[in-house]
Parts: sequence; structure tokens; C-alpha cells
Amino acid sequence: MSLSLDDVRKVAKLARLDMPEADLARMQVQLSAILDYIDQLNQLDTDGVEPLAHPLPVRNVFRPDEPTPSLPVDAALQNAPSRVGDYFGVPAVFDTDEPVSH
Amino acid sequence: MSLIEKTATELLALQAEGKASALEIADAFLAASAAREPKLKSFMLAPDADAVRTRAKAIDAARAKGEPLGKLAGVPVAVKDVLCTKGIRTTCSSKMLENFVPPYDAHAVERLKTEGAIIFGKTNMDEFAMGSSTENSAYHTTRNPWDTTRVPGGSSGGSAAAVAGCQAPLSLGTDTGGSIRQPAALCGIVGMKPTYGRVSRYGLIAFASSLDQVGPFAHDVTDCALMMEAIAGHDKRDSTSVNESVPAYTRTVNDPVKGLRIGVPKEFFGQGLDAEVEASVRAALKEYEKLGATLVDVSLPHSPYALAVYYIVAPAEASSNLARFDGMHYGHRTATKGDLIATYSKSRGEGFGPEVQRRIILGTYVLSSGYKDAYYLKALKVRRLVKKDFDDTFATCDVVMGPTTPTAAFKAGEKSDDPLALYLSDVYTVSCNLAGIPGLSIPCGFTKTGLPIGLQLLGTPFAEEKLLRVARMYEAATDWHTKRPVV
Repeated sequence: MSLSLDDVRKVAKLARLDMPEADLARMQVQLSAILDYIDQLNQLDTDGVEPLAHPLPVRNVFRPDEPTPSLPVDAALQNAPSRVGDYFGVPAVFDTDEPVSH
Repeated sequence: MSLIEKTATELLALQAEGKASALEIADAFLAASAAREPKLKSFMLAPDADAVRTRAKAIDAARAKGEPLGKLAGVPVAVKDVLCTKGIRTTCSSKMLENFVPPYDAHAVERLKTEGAIIFGKTNMDEFAMGSSTENSAYHTTRNPWDTTRVPGGSSGGSAAAVAGCQAPLSLGTDTGGSIRQPAALCGIVGMKPTYGRVSRYGLIAFASSLDQVGPFAHDVTDCALMMEAIAGHDKRDSTSVNESVPAYTRTVNDPVKGLRIGVPKEFFGQGLDAEVEASVRAALKEYEKLGATLVDVSLPHSPYALAVYYIVAPAEASSNLARFDGMHYGHRTATKGDLIATYSKSRGEGFGPEVQRRIILGTYVLSSGYKDAYYLKALKVRRLVKKDFDDTFATCDVVMGPTTPTAAFKAGEKSDDPLALYLSDVYTVSCNLAGIPGLSIPCGFTKTGLPIGLQLLGTPFAEEKLLRVARMYEAATDWHTKRPVV
């Protein structure tokens, strides 16, 4: 197994994914198989090869800094799980008070 | 031949000749899509009959008045549910976006509307475009119109099944590692992944941003060219969309390429390739020789590593892109009360299905401290080698050809417990995305049991025009593209 159960638990936490213990164990088996497959890349000597992050040359694209109309507030909030006035309602960040909801 | 079996080009001609109205066409497809839906389940959201008919009537009225009409006037086009449609629910076949209604249209959707197309429902897909069978939809599994016990491929399986099953004459899909070409091959139709940057990704819900492209499904190459004309071109809202003029693909599609040199990579004919698929593809290559083309033996030595590169790069980009689904601004938010971190984790744990979670964890792992160089950086270096293989190969030939998929359509459920086995169905398609080059799949035969087989054509960046002409040469000499399944 190239991944331990603890590895999977730690990465799930980093990725902000709440997962039942049984799912973590299944994930460990499946991800280990995938990582074993991926390990074939180590057969290749890539010393001195430039990494390629993008298939085509990409450059910064600039535009004049001119204000244009943005999404109206109602359109921006239409999919909000919780709306408070003209704001998104979210749970408290620094304590465990109940989330604001309407 | 009934209206629903016709190509978009034929439907446009019928309207121009006054032999069918846009409304008659719309009604024919509304009836067929509804009647066939229980068997195929192509749609996430069925076409809205009232909206479709209203739009069709408006096209007919504009035609009667002699007003200018778009390239796709009165032609229904189904849209993969990963593309935002203003005011129409867009779910990515995920519980995460079950109730998401976009406030704007994706660029490709906007272009279709401008050209007079009628948006015709949202099609089912693997959740967030992650999968090769459409079985990862959080809602239902789409079936292959040629054999409803089999999958249509994926992730754009709904869009492929809708066209193959004559529920719509055209559709839009997206291709990150083969998600247009693989289902096109398995469903016996034409599907094209354009060059990276050819079609704007604005309004496409991102999976892997350096690989994703929007592209068409169609019954034949001419219709594919027509769709490309409509959706390709620069859009300032996507800074990776390339500012190059769009050729009039339909005007040249019937011009054969003289002195055509076809590269045949030995790596595409190795272990794992089904004998019937190989025989059909070899026969197609022979047909090209008869048409005057020269076959050139070539090698893409790093292509056997492309899938491993893909399963690092795509999950890495996905883990970053999907971080936006935090239950705060839109999408699913857990009903369990808790602090901010708990709300994020619960919302994401509940909203994402197993394959999406698998890829987020894989992507987070390969980008995490201590592993980034060994996995992500290594993958980017091999990606350079995969691209260089193509650069070297295209110095000796115009196009590269091979099978689109190693096998024809597999049974539903056959590979759903083994993610790696399923990943291998993309073994011939992923290198094209890594290199950013255009590719398409065209039908080139059937297995003895009547399942379609696809021929993959790959070209140089922005050579879609040539690729379509080359595809049309074969199509003009064969009749696979005229076959329709009995649904």
C-alpha cells in the first residue's frame, strides 16, 4: 500500500472533505492502486526537462482599467445557500455560534 | 428518413426550401426525445417544450419576414450540463449544484443562440466531467443507443447518446482527457476536441483548466464543421482563448487533402487493443491509402506514460478548481450546524460523489508538501516529452491516426468498482489534451455484435480545418455515418 490510512485521513482534512471511516479505507486501497500505476513515470529520466504547465504559450492579458457593470446584487445572491440582506449568510468564523440563516 | 434522423445541414436545407418549418422540426425532436428518454436517459434536464416551441416560432417568423438568420437557425442543440445556461438549472450532474441556476450563459451557449440554434435540454454526464461511462452522474446512468445494456462512454455520455439516439441533431460536450472523442466513438458519431484555446471556456464549470475544451457532437463531419464555425473564436472573458481568425470550415470541408501523409503510431496498436477495433481501424487506414494517402510508421514513445501524467495533472488542477465549492456562495450547504471548517467539510463531503472525492484527494496529495516534486513536477516534465513527441511526429506527417478507444462500449456496471480499469479506456485520448492539439473521432465500423468503433484523428494546433477535410475524405467514401440505431 503506497498510502497509509493516516495519509488519506490527513489529505481528506487538507481538502476539507468530511468522510466516513469506511470510505477512507476504500479510498486508501483505490488511491494506492492509482499511485502504483503513476509510479511508472519514475522509469523515465527527466533530468534537464523543463516542466510544461500549459500546452500553448500563455501570456498575461491586459485590458484598460475601466469600470464596467458587474453582476447585479440579486443575480449574484440568487444561488446563495443563505442570504442576509445584500450579503451571503455564513457561519461564524471564530467561534461555534449557530450559522446565520433566514 | 424521418426528420429526427436527419443531419443539421439537411434540416437547414429543408427550412430554406420551405419543406419543413423550425416548429415542425422542434416538435419532431420534442416527441422523439421524450419517447426515447426512458430507455436512454440522456438528459439531466429535458428540453423545455414551451421555450423550444416559442423559439422555433420566432425563427419561422423571422424567416417569413426575410430577416437575416444564423448558421444554425431552427436547429435544436442539446448542451452538456457542465456549461452554464442563463436561467436554466446547471448541475454538473452533482448534488453539489442540484439547485444552481446560472446568472449568465457560457460563451459557447451564447454563440449558439446568436446563430439561431434552439437550446434543447441539458445532458447527463459524469459528475463534474470526471469519468468515462456517465455512471458517475449523481442522478442516473445514460445508456448507449446501440445497446441499452451498455454505457455511452463519458464524461459527455448524455450529449453523445442524445445525438446518436436522434433526440437532438447536435450537442455540445467538453473534453478534458477524451470526454468528447471517447463517447463519440462508443456511440458511433462524430466528436471533436478543438485545439486548446480555440473555443472560449467562459461559463464552462472548470475541471482541469489546462486541459478542458468545449466541442461538438454531430452525425457527420459537415455538421461538426458547422458547429465549429459557430462556437470557435476569441472571447476576451477567457484569457486563454486565442485571438486567431476562424476559418469557414464548412466551405472547405469537401476539399480532399492532396498528398496526405498519415502518421500511424505503433504505441496506439499495442497490448489491450481489441482485435475487432484494430481490424476496423486498419481497414480505415487502407481506405485512406486507396484515396491516395501515404501511411507513415511513427512513434510517440512517451504516449504510454500519458495516462499516468493525466492522473496527476487533472486531479491536481481539479482539487484547486473545486475548492470554490465551499457551501458559502452557491451550491450545497450542510444542514448540520457547526463552525466554519466543519461546515466546509460536511458540505463538500455531502455534495461531492465518490469519484470527485477520489480525485480531489489524489490532487491534494500530489500537490502537498513533500510530494509535489515527486508527483506534480515529474508529471509536468513528462508532459513536455509527450508534447515534444507530437512536435517531432508532425514534422513527418499531416495527421496522426489510430483507434479512439481500446474497446467498443462496455456493459454498465462492468468497470464501476475499479477506477483504474475505467481510466484505461482513455489511454489513446489523453495525450491530445496534454499537448493541447485538436482531435476528433469519426465512426469507422461496427463489431460483430453491432457496437460502433471510432477512428481518432489528431492534428497540429489550430489545424481543425485540415483535420475536418481529412475526416470528410473517409466519410465521403464510406457510409458508417448514415447508420442510426433502432431505439
